[in-house]
Formats: sequence, C-alpha cells, structure tokens
Amino acid sequence: MTHLTRLTALSLLLVASPALAQAKQIIGVSIPSADHGWTAGVVYHANQAKAMLEKMYPDVQIIVKTAKDSNEQANQIQDLLTVNKITALVILPQESAPLTRPVAALKAKGVFVTVVDRGLTDPKAQDAYVAGDNTAFGRVAGEYFVKQFGSAGANVVVLRGIPTVIDNLRVDAFKAAVAKAPKVKILDAKFGNWNRDDAFKVMQDYLTRFPKIDAVWASDDDMAVGVLKALEQAKRTDVKLVLGGAGMKEAIKKVMDGDKLMPVDVTYPPSMIADAIRLTVESRVKGTPMKATTLIPSVLVTPANAKNYYFPNSPF
Amino acid sequence: MRVASLGPLLGLLALMIVATLLNHDFLTVSNLSNVLTRAAFSGIIAVGMTFVIVSGGIDLSVGSMAALIAGSMILIMNALSTALGPGVLTIVLGMLAALVIGGLAGLFHGAVITRGRIEPFIVTLGTLGIYRAVLTYLAQGGAISLDSAVGDRYGPVYYGSMLGIPIPILVFTAVALLGGLILNRTRYGRYVQAIGSNEQVARFAAINVAGVKTMTYVLLGVCVGLATILYVPRLGSATPSTGLLWELEAIAAVIIGGTALRGGSGRIWGTVVGAVLLVTIENVLNLTNIISVYLNAAVTGFVIIGVAFFQRGRR
Repeated sequence: MTHLTRLTALSLLLVASPALAQAKQIIGVSIPSADHGWTAGVVYHANQAKAMLEKMYPDVQIIVKTAKDSNEQANQIQDLLTVNKITALVILPQESAPLTRPVAALKAKGVFVTVVDRGLTDPKAQDAYVAGDNTAFGRVAGEYFVKQFGSAGANVVVLRGIPTVIDNLRVDAFKAAVAKAPKVKILDAKFGNWNRDDAFKVMQDYLTRFPKIDAVWASDDDMAVGVLKALEQAKRTDVKLVLGGAGMKEAIKKVMDGDKLMPVDVTYPPSMIADAIRLTVESRVKGTPMKATTLIPSVLVTPANAKNYYFPNSPF
Repeated sequence: MRVASLGPLLGLLALMIVATLLNHDFLTVSNLSNVLTRAAFSGIIAVGMTFVIVSGGIDLSVGSMAALIAGSMILIMNALSTALGPGVLTIVLGMLAALVIGGLAGLFHGAVITRGRIEPFIVTLGTLGIYRAVLTYLAQGGAISLDSAVGDRYGPVYYGSMLGIPIPILVFTAVALLGGLILNRTRYGRYVQAIGSNEQVARFAAINVAGVKTMTYVLLGVCVGLATILYVPRLGSATPSTGLLWELEAIAAVIIGGTALRGGSGRIWGTVVGAVLLVTIENVLNLTNIISVYLNAAVTGFVIIGVAFFQRGRR
C-alpha cells in the first residue's frame, strides 16, 4: 500500500516537473452562478473556452468557479490564490464596489487580473478590462428604430431592465439615438426587470393605456418573450416591431427564420467571457501585453449574419 | 370594529377611484380582467396561505415551489407529448403532476414542522433555497420551455374564458369560495383557528394538532400547484426568475386582508381583497406617469402600511 502510494507520488512528481519547468499557467475564472439566462450563457461559454484552450495549450490549466453573491465570490478568489496558486484571474464581478478591494489584493500578490463586463470602482485593481458596450447596445437599437420609422413616424414604448448603471447607459443611448428622428415618439419607459412575467404585465398595461403603439423596444430577449405574449393575448395588430436584445438563442432563431415582429436583434453576448479568457491565456502564454480595454461591440443581428450568433447548445 | 374590518375593501375602493380619475381606461372591462387574472396567481396561493397563517404557521417557499412545479410540469408534459402526443391526456397528466408535487412538498413541510419540531420559518426558508436551486439546475440557469404543440393546446387554460370571464378568474373565485367554506363552516376550519389561537388548549381538547397543521401545508401546496397550472400556459416557460417574491405577495395579501400574523383568526374574503389590491397598485402605476418609476416600490409600501393602519385596533 505504502509502496504504491510512494510510486504514485514519484510518478506524479516526474510528470509534474517538466510542466513546472515551463511555468505552468493556472488561470482562475470567477463568474456569477447561472441565476438567469444571460449568466447561464456566461457559465456555458466559460466552460466551452476552458475545454478549447486547455486542448490548444497543454501547459494551461483553467479553473472555472461560480459564485451566487459578492461575498462568496470574494472568498472564492482568495481560495483560488492560496489553494490553486493561480497566476491569472479572469473575473466577472457580481458587483463592482464590494469586489474592488479583494481583487486589488490578488493583483498586489502578482496575479494578472482581467475584469469582464462589470468594471471595478478602481481601475488600478485590474490589468485588463473586457466588456460589452452598453452605450452601443442602446444606440444600435435606437438607430434601427430611426431607420425603420424616421420618415413615417412611430409611437414607441420602452421596457427598461432593473434600475442600474447598465440600464441607464442603454436607455440614455437609445433615447439619444431616437431623438434624431422627431417623428419617433417615446410614449413611456417602465421597468420590466429583465424578466418575462414583469414584462408581460407592463406590456398589458401599455396596451390598455395607449390605443396605438407602432413599436416596442423590449431591450432584452427575455422581456421580449413577455411582450409577445401580451400582444398575442390582446390581439393587437398595430405593433409592427418588437426589438429585444442580448442574443438569446430563441430570439436569434426567430431572426434566422425571418420573423415578422422580431426581424432583428442586438447582441450583448455572454460569450464575451470566452473572449476574455482567450485573450488572457494568449497574453500569459506568449508573454505579450494585453490591451488595457477591449470592448466587445454590440451589433445588429439580421437574417444575413444570424448564424454567427446562434449557439443551439447554450442554455441562453 | 365593523368599519375597521372593512379597511381593505375601503382601501381598494379608494384606490380604484383614484385610478379612474387618473386614467379612464382603468375601468374598462379588459383592464379589470387583466388585473383580476394577474391577481389569480398570488390570490390562489394566498387563500392557502391564510390557512397556514391562521394555524400559527408560515410558508416562505411558495414562490420557489411554484417555479419548481412549473419547471417539473413542463418537463413532464414534454416527455409525455413524445410518448402520448400533445393531446388532452398529456395536459391533464401534467396538471395532476403539478397538484401532486405541490401536495407532497406541503406534506414534507408539515411533517418536518410537526414531527421534526422545527420552526416553520426555518423549514420553509430552507426549502425556498432548495426548490429554486433545483429548478435552476434543471434549467441549467436558462429557461425550460413547453413544447409548442402542447403549448397551443394548453394556452386556453390561461387565455381562454367561459361566459366572458377569463378562466383564471373563475378558478380564483372557486378557490376563494371553497376556502371560505372550509375555514368558516367546517370542523376542520374551526380546528385550524383553535390551534392558531392556543395550541396547548387545542391539544387538551383532543384535537389532532399535528395532523391539522400538516394538512394546512398540504392545502397550501395544492393551491400552489393550482396557481402554477394557470401560470404555465401564460408564457409556456419556467426560468429561475419565475415566482420570485410570490411568497411576500401572498403573505402581504393575507395580512392586508385582516388575518393576524400570529394566527388564530382570519378572513378569506379579506385575503382576496388584499391580493387584488396589491396587483391594482402595480396596474395603476403602469397606467399613469405621475410618479418616477424609481419610486414604484415605495408607493406599494405606503399603501400596504396605510391599509393596515385603518384596520388596526383589535389587539
């Protein structure tokens, strides 16, 4: 028994030593747990990236951890350093402010830090930042509305997400873009909490309140599901366009199939986590510096390019 | 005291008058039926919750339970539809599964609370986490969607109507009438009230306290199953955000309706008014534009406290 253990230990050592000589890179990935569609997509794409990159670079080990809140995430990244001895961290913080200090502590100990999507309050706590472009998300949507309705004019209702900086950036950019077409009127913007049920209720009430609505900016694919159901129930035919956002697979499928109400979508891809992991690994392995800020653009998905954004196996 | 007990009803009437003044569309048939249909989910759960609270208990898990039932029910119906086809049988079996899962969850709560002697607050706080986590796992964080062929057949359960009244409203009414009958006109109902006002005395009076209490949780579980049966055809999907905070809506409806949180006495009709009142506030806020959207929750909070204030006094 002891003999066997010793033998195993020895062989492990033999296998491990050349890897150590090449300075094995251990990359910790800390992301929110899958509590709604978008974060479920993040978890999926992080694991996809892990599988792909570990195959491509045999000296790289990637550890993916999920956390349900900021507190758990702060503990987790500490463990990643002390237990797993990570050399780089890719983190999508649950919340910006509470995680700034814990992340800064890791960086001070020599860990290379890439922050994804939700920026820290102190940019000095990170080496690189990879994020979606919330302003572009709103602007691209707004510009599509202007293109469709700029000359004929339209009554538009807006569903907002949850009161956050992200939502404000998106909605402000949308309003600014739409303001260029004076005939496109925003009737109201209420919170649907990025949630199908709440969006259903808000849309029902919009339909009661406004006799003529031409277009809906649902600003999220989950909320668009609720909006469509409310329209179906009220049998209203005045609405000609419902624009969601994010890139949920069902919504992208509708675009591919040439849906009448949802002909396009705007991306805010959860796959940005995969981009961040890939960029971090490449920079670590090759020793090249990583760009301080990488913005993943929000693009308009049309039937022509939809297949590039369709991931049928992703939960989102 | 009579006037005080009418508090929630007066509150609702006042709110309706204000709503009509702000937007005349409030009193249209379609809007009122929207409001009542929405109230059906939390209302049916609140009727069951009234029994639990009157008996001196509480159940915090109902929102998560609804989500888990919705998800399981959809998975079951999807599986059945490949075997049996998307017919009525599949849907009926799915509905039955929802009621059974709800009842079993309630039975589990009741058994752990009475036999295991753990506080209901803790038991149901635990299952609140468990149920939602299991659903999130089943959905892998995304959405569980009903097969569209089944969805088309099932849709009328939410969207359909009988004699011009939407089906969820009819079910809600039936549940409320039945609940009122059981609570006020049967021996079981009197036992529930007796246990809530003094458990020791009830025990001395040879009431099967554990059995009666367990039954209140089973009743509530079945109500959650019933609410979910009406909910699933609405969106045809369950996500980790399904049923979020329904427990607070249901408990608030019960308390606004005049049932004491410490148990002992309660009124089903009050619960119904409470549930409708909560949904109406949200509806009014959506129909008007006078208050910043950031303050929606504050308005709801003020109305809840206000209504409770007007019916205080009996202690």
